[in-house]
Amino acid sequence: MIKLDDIHKAFGSNQVLRGMTLEIPKGTSMVIIGGSGTGKSVALKCILGLIKPDSGSILVDGKPADSGDRDAFLARFGMLFQGGALFDSLPVWQNVAFRLMRGALKRPAEEAREIAIEKLRRVGLKPDVADRLPAELSGGMQKRVGLARAIAAEPEIIFFDEPTTGLDPIMAGVINDLIREIVVEMGATAMTITHDMTSVRAIADNIAMLHDGVIKWTGPVGQMDNSGDPYLDQFIHGRAEGPIEAVR
Amino acid sequence: MNPLALLARIGRLALDWLSAIGRVALFGLSTLTHMLRPPFYGRETLNALLHIGWLSLPVVGLTAIFTGGALALQIYAGGARFNAEAVVPQIVAIGMVRELGPVLVGLMIAARVTSSIAAEIATMKVTEQIDALVTLSTNPMQYLVAPRVLAAFLTVPLLVGIGDIIGIAGGYAVAVHNLDFNAAAYLKNTVDFLEPLDIISSLVKGAAFGTLASLMGCYYGMQSGRGAQGVGRATKGSVEAAAVLILAANFLLTGAFFSV
Repeated sequence: MIKLDDIHKAFGSNQVLRGMTLEIPKGTSMVIIGGSGTGKSVALKCILGLIKPDSGSILVDGKPADSGDRDAFLARFGMLFQGGALFDSLPVWQNVAFRLMRGALKRPAEEAREIAIEKLRRVGLKPDVADRLPAELSGGMQKRVGLARAIAAEPEIIFFDEPTTGLDPIMAGVINDLIREIVVEMGATAMTITHDMTSVRAIADNIAMLHDGVIKWTGPVGQMDNSGDPYLDQFIHGRAEGPIEAVR
Repeated sequence: MNPLALLARIGRLALDWLSAIGRVALFGLSTLTHMLRPPFYGRETLNALLHIGWLSLPVVGLTAIFTGGALALQIYAGGARFNAEAVVPQIVAIGMVRELGPVLVGLMIAARVTSSIAAEIATMKVTEQIDALVTLSTNPMQYLVAPRVLAAFLTVPLLVGIGDIIGIAGGYAVAVHNLDFNAAAYLKNTVDFLEPLDIISSLVKGAAFGTLASLMGCYYGMQSGRGAQGVGRATKGSVEAAAVLILAANFLLTGAFFSV
């Protein structure tokens, strides 16, 4: 279980998180929704330790996220970045097998390559993609390579940062289906941030609505349409009028 | 302007400057500690050796040969004013080895390598590749910074040595073919005049300039702001800082080696 308790984070005078509290039960898929600039990515980076919160606590399976062996902690995570964040200088298979070629999970290059090709196949890419450079791939293919890298070491927890941004609806659907399948298949705990409502319905077990640095509503995805929460209602229906100001 | 406000502004600038020096010093120290402790990334270091050392050879060679040739012409023309044309070999040798070789190679490395390192690392930061490295349990200081600084520390002295030789060869070619110097006498004067300390100072300067150039590229890249503007600022800042630091370090090292 991942538990965020009263997380505050400011960048200069810009207070992004103002006491965010959220629990993500083990083996479930939580989707955090909210407008641009509401702190979704910041929350995710706080859990990973990429950003240090100003106050509050983050527990992963009951242990503080910032204590203990950092490498062992990070080895439990996989992450799909918004833009893919693939390493330009490395061919696709080395991107996918990056974690398997270094550190505690290191294995022979041949074996790492085989695993990479298997993971590429899992996300619907052919083996001939393996030797290409990321710049030679389309946006959708890069996203799938990023997904293959996120699952390469079979992590217990997977984060997806806006997995369908910039993709056409068909490719977005493919990515959503893949994420759902992989999370169910691996039994992983997943945390996705997005403002794509199609993704929310495809991926989520539970959703949380983040606005103004705090969670306004959280619950099962099935209750989303009848939540009675004005923030969530406005967001999921895409209305300009409501408690969320259109001009931020 | 209110004198107190002016004083406050000067004080703020001084504090900003001191804190920047502190940040760079801490970054340098952190780089050194990451260079000395495992894991060591051999492939990244070999790549950096290739890019910083081998691929800089053409630009270093061309810079050195033209500088050596121009130096020979200048010394000959200047020396002619007081009948001292014969000192061309000695002055070309000492000028190239002690000053122009290391400084010009250092500045060319700042232009070619510092800018490229800063732009590459800044782009990696902007596109979240640095964050991706961290989530993949890889320390960016160890994976990106340490190999580049180590490679520059090792290869720039070699580039300076090669630049010195090519510069002297440029002077030799101009002196022998354009100024009618005797080839054997030119070489003998060059070799006889140079002392071991000249060569040692040249190589030490090379190591110092290479370290500064690569460190500035890495520092500015890692500190880059967002977007294309952030990458542009990081690249520009890194080259400016590297060039100024190289010239300042040259002054200090020249004083340390040759002050009387």
